Amino acid sequence: MNPGKAGLVFHEPLLFELGGQNKRGVELPEMDLPIISDEELLGGNLRQSPNLPELSEPEVVRHFTRLSQWNYSLDGGFYPLGSCTMKYNPKMAEVAANLDGFAQAHPYAPHGSNQGLKRLLFELQNDLAEISGMDTVCLHPAAGSHGELLGLMLIRAYHNHRGDSARTQILIPDSAHGTNPSSASICHLDAITLPSGPDGLIDLNTLDQMMNEKIAGIMITNPNTCGLFEERIKEVCDLVHARGGLVYLDGANMNAMVGVTRPGDFGADVLHFNTHKTFATPHGGGGPGAGPVGVKAILEPFLPKPVLVERNGKVEWNNDRPRSIGKVRSFYGNVGVLIRAWTYIRSLGPKGLRQMTLNAVTNANYLKALLEDHFEVPFKQHRAMHEVLLTDKRQKENHVSTLDLAKGLIEAGYHPPTIYFPLVVEGAMLIEPTETESKETLDQFAQTLIELGKKGHDELAALPKTAAVGRVDEVLANRKPILRWEA
Amino acid sequence: MEVRPELKYTEEHEWILISGTEVTLGITDFAQNKLGDIVFVELPEEGTIIDADETVGNIESVKAVSEIFCPIGGEILSVNKDLEEEPDLVNSAPYDEGWMIKLKIDPADLELAKLMTHKEYQTFCAED
Repeated sequence: MNPGKAGLVFHEPLLFELGGQNKRGVELPEMDLPIISDEELLGGNLRQSPNLPELSEPEVVRHFTRLSQWNYSLDGGFYPLGSCTMKYNPKMAEVAANLDGFAQAHPYAPHGSNQGLKRLLFELQNDLAEISGMDTVCLHPAAGSHGELLGLMLIRAYHNHRGDSARTQILIPDSAHGTNPSSASICHLDAITLPSGPDGLIDLNTLDQMMNEKIAGIMITNPNTCGLFEERIKEVCDLVHARGGLVYLDGANMNAMVGVTRPGDFGADVLHFNTHKTFATPHGGGGPGAGPVGVKAILEPFLPKPVLVERNGKVEWNNDRPRSIGKVRSFYGNVGVLIRAWTYIRSLGPKGLRQMTLNAVTNANYLKALLEDHFEVPFKQHRAMHEVLLTDKRQKENHVSTLDLAKGLIEAGYHPPTIYFPLVVEGAMLIEPTETESKETLDQFAQTLIELGKKGHDELAALPKTAAVGRVDEVLANRKPILRWEA
Repeated sequence: MEVRPELKYTEEHEWILISGTEVTLGITDFAQNKLGDIVFVELPEEGTIIDADETVGNIESVKAVSEIFCPIGGEILSVNKDLEEEPDLVNSAPYDEGWMIKLKIDPADLELAKLMTHKEYQTFCAED
């Protein structure tokens, strides 16, 4: 039996469907003031009642608890979601973040207080700078995407300050992280796609042709989303710099570099970290996240304010920043997440962090070795980094697609890998095991995937059967989405 | 895959039908097959003036979003409004009911446009 399989599965109705008449969770005391009717109070502005469901407290609690049990998490099973690095979150970090001194800290505490928390943030900033080879780090961004936006705003501020406002475009390789073009667009930069060379890497000749005086910089994901290390990264950065552009490094794949190589050393001017992808903080999914941004000294004057400084043994905020782009987040950023990242870095230490990277890359290459006789592996001549890319090319002959295999994995109790991404590879499956998985887990997963690949289309098309939700009609859901509940 | 001899083709897998100063554009059978089930087609406003090789819209399938390029500049005369409700026409009839835009062009511009014949396009797809 596989680990992630749900036990009891109920059909879970919506709260609206559960609601009864005059049920409530809270009994309010009787009104001791004169009651004014709604009509009297609002007259013609009165709207129709929103018709909210009426339920008791245990009914609401059970509804959400049951829904939460449908979640698939790393605490429940293997979650090899490539390009997204789903790392196990060590429980020690939870204890650290819940210490009273951190959890009860208030951002409006008097000047000079919260020294423990500020010291931790200052140390984290310096640790991240050392890990990435950048000169300084800003902890404010509340997510990786927020970090991307900030990084691009800094690039714009840099060019504008030089009096060069013509650089309104940014190069983005077709093997880059999927969020890059939207970040560029929100920052009013036109995203220009840089096609990869036949080996899946950036082609210097193509870059040479496309790099002109309109290009503000390049956004590189390294290792790229094909799971390959950009072997010519130094030459790429040098070329962009020689033409007046800056290099943005998307830190989504830092899990393959920590302790082994540093973006600051190979030429990045600005980068963001995803603390959840590299330093084992909980994956945001819309919740609190953190996307610290590291910069070289040329971009430091433009960083959001305030910045942390150490004076006379105390860590304080400095607001005296005349060239700062302003504020991007209130207070200190999402400190709960940052405390967890600090805990992870300090508990592993430099040697441990390097070992984390080596294990992540070893695990991915071990999976590649188990699977490469059964699935097509694009760019096979390169060593995989922390994730391995497969396609459904061989299975297609049997009318079995990547989607069928993913649904089969759900039935087998696994979270599927990232599918149909990167877009440059047809029928892609991007599998990222991460460093914490054992040989037994990897063997079992590979065996399951190999067996699924041998099944026929008809058998797979019926899967998943035992999951909370069976095979959904993705085409219908996209063509005719139902976005509003109606009775 | 189906190709039609009366059409011209682009490397981005669009087809165009040239009729005097009017051009009709859509995506090829090869392209719709690669994209899979198409769920949404975003087309430009009528009357828009576009440049050659400009992005004129987006096609969304369950797998991916891709851009529609137009190999020749001109004015958008009309767009296929049926695709709003029935984007699957692009899958079922890419060369007929699945057409995307009609535009008014200067035929002299055609000389500069990078276009393939149906035979050249077949070879191109075989290499791809």
